[in-house]
Amino acid sequence: MHSGTTYTREVQRLTPGRVLAWALLAALIFVTLFPLWIVVKTAITHPKELFEQATVLFPTDPTLLNFRRALGMVSLEENLAVGGVANINFLTAMRNSVLFTLTIVVFQTFFSAMAAYAFARLRFPGRDVIFFLFLAATMIPGAVLFIPNFILIKNLGWLNTFQGMVAPFVLMTPFAVFFLRQFFLAVPKELEEAAYLDGATPFYIFWRIILPISKTPLVTLGILTTINTWNEFFWPWIVSKDNSLQVLTVALKMFQSQTPQGSPDWTGLMAATFLAIVPVFILLVVLGRQVVESLQFSGLK
Amino acid sequence: MEQVPETGAVQRPGRVASSWRRAFNREALTGWLFILPALVGFVLFYLLPSVRAFSISFTDWNLLRPPRPVGLENYEALLADPNFWHALKVTGLYVLFNIPLQTVLALLLAVLMDRLVRSIFVRAVVILPYLLSNVVVAMIFLWLLHPILGYVNVFLGLLGLERQPFFGSPDQALATVAGVNIWRHMGFTALLFYAGLQSIPRSLYEAAAIDGAGEWRMFWRITLPLLRPVTVFVLVTSVIGSFQIFDTVAVATGGGPSYATRVIVWYIYENAFQFFKMGYASAMSMVLFLILVAFTLVQMRVFRANQSDLS
Repeated sequence: MHSGTTYTREVQRLTPGRVLAWALLAALIFVTLFPLWIVVKTAITHPKELFEQATVLFPTDPTLLNFRRALGMVSLEENLAVGGVANINFLTAMRNSVLFTLTIVVFQTFFSAMAAYAFARLRFPGRDVIFFLFLAATMIPGAVLFIPNFILIKNLGWLNTFQGMVAPFVLMTPFAVFFLRQFFLAVPKELEEAAYLDGATPFYIFWRIILPISKTPLVTLGILTTINTWNEFFWPWIVSKDNSLQVLTVALKMFQSQTPQGSPDWTGLMAATFLAIVPVFILLVVLGRQVVESLQFSGLK
Repeated sequence: MEQVPETGAVQRPGRVASSWRRAFNREALTGWLFILPALVGFVLFYLLPSVRAFSISFTDWNLLRPPRPVGLENYEALLADPNFWHALKVTGLYVLFNIPLQTVLALLLAVLMDRLVRSIFVRAVVILPYLLSNVVVAMIFLWLLHPILGYVNVFLGLLGLERQPFFGSPDQALATVAGVNIWRHMGFTALLFYAGLQSIPRSLYEAAAIDGAGEWRMFWRITLPLLRPVTVFVLVTSVIGSFQIFDTVAVATGGGPSYATRVIVWYIYENAFQFFKMGYASAMSMVLFLILVAFTLVQMRVFRANQSDLS
């Protein structure tokens, strides 16, 4: 792809246009990264020095105090003494987010994969109609679904419960089923036929043959689902404003709106924001290539 | 599509029909068992709610008393509601602020990456904002654009320029929300364009270079035309997404100031969860659905027109 063709070599010369192109690219990357640096900078600024440090790009006296505050490791008195407005504890929210994301990613992927396998390989009456309905559902906007879904969860008595938060996501999404079915259709049938003749059950084939050879699409889908679930805000917000169940996005929003107008606890908030970014950042560092390729792929469905 | 392997018929002994039927029944049962969890999820959280939203839209319901059927009243009220039209206008404006600039910047970034650095590292950096939740992004920019302490205003001050209220002013809030979302989506959109660029044969550029074409000309004559299906896809999906803008508004502006950012989904949310007018909110969600269906139909049309163009 990027071998040294004549064309590539030719553009390697340093022309004014090329300098401009590099400058533009650098500018776009700078704009991308600069706000994140301000988060870090604010998070390591002492709350009492926020005003003096507003103009600098690196705090003269960096501190981890805000992280300790955000994780609830500081007493209320100490917190109020440094200008914090209330006790904040994002540790619980962090744990909730991890639990919420893991539960949804594991079950949604598994159940969607089972359905996708059936749609791709098994013949049963109604299959095509149901699959068509699944496909059509991808067009329904969230704004149509959230009112009836909220009412259903309310009638079940599941408001402010973990099951209420995960229920609409754990069993499937139309996209996941569609995505995996496309892949399963392309898997050669010989493997399954051999196993079938040996007397293997469909579930055994699915579990022992199909899932192991589908690692790549499963990882791709898993990454996309993890990112979306970790960042989900609206549904957890309307069904669980209860403190003990808040996920990070909801906790951040509640913390921000609870603080008095004009003077939120910015250093605490930025430390918490940083904590919300860290897991995603780790995902990107560890699985960089897969993340990039998954997202790149998400547009080509 | 599903088909019986040709060799299967030969291998099977005489009782083909009956064993085949048994296999089919077994297979059907297995099929249903395999889709059962997903089907339950689909019926409970997609199919029934869609039907229910439609029927709720013909009622007056505050969740406390039983729903009262009112026929088309909600839809009539909707058409006469200046706030609804205002919300539609604000949403349309938002899409206009958001999409053109975002698409152009993303395309620029994609071409620059394709031409200068194909490194996975640069692509990873560029999509970082997209991996952050809307809430986190709104929080970052509430702070960065803070009227007094925000770094952007500090910087404007250093340059001797006037400080700007951004989220705090009715004139700037909507454009600011759009700018924030451009920041979050630019890299991701660029990545989609980048993927599209990889499918353009390099030989075309080589041939054009031999003919003496410059970068600019190659962009307009080769890159842009061949990228058109990707562009259409990106435009339509991002317009549909942009039309449903909610999170940033919920966190950063709450629809204000002076309703300057009261977009359609925020207005639906307000009606449902602040005024408890479930019927009215559902009617509005149905109208939103129709608008988005219209977009999708346009997408399909344009796509079909494009496919022939590509081949």
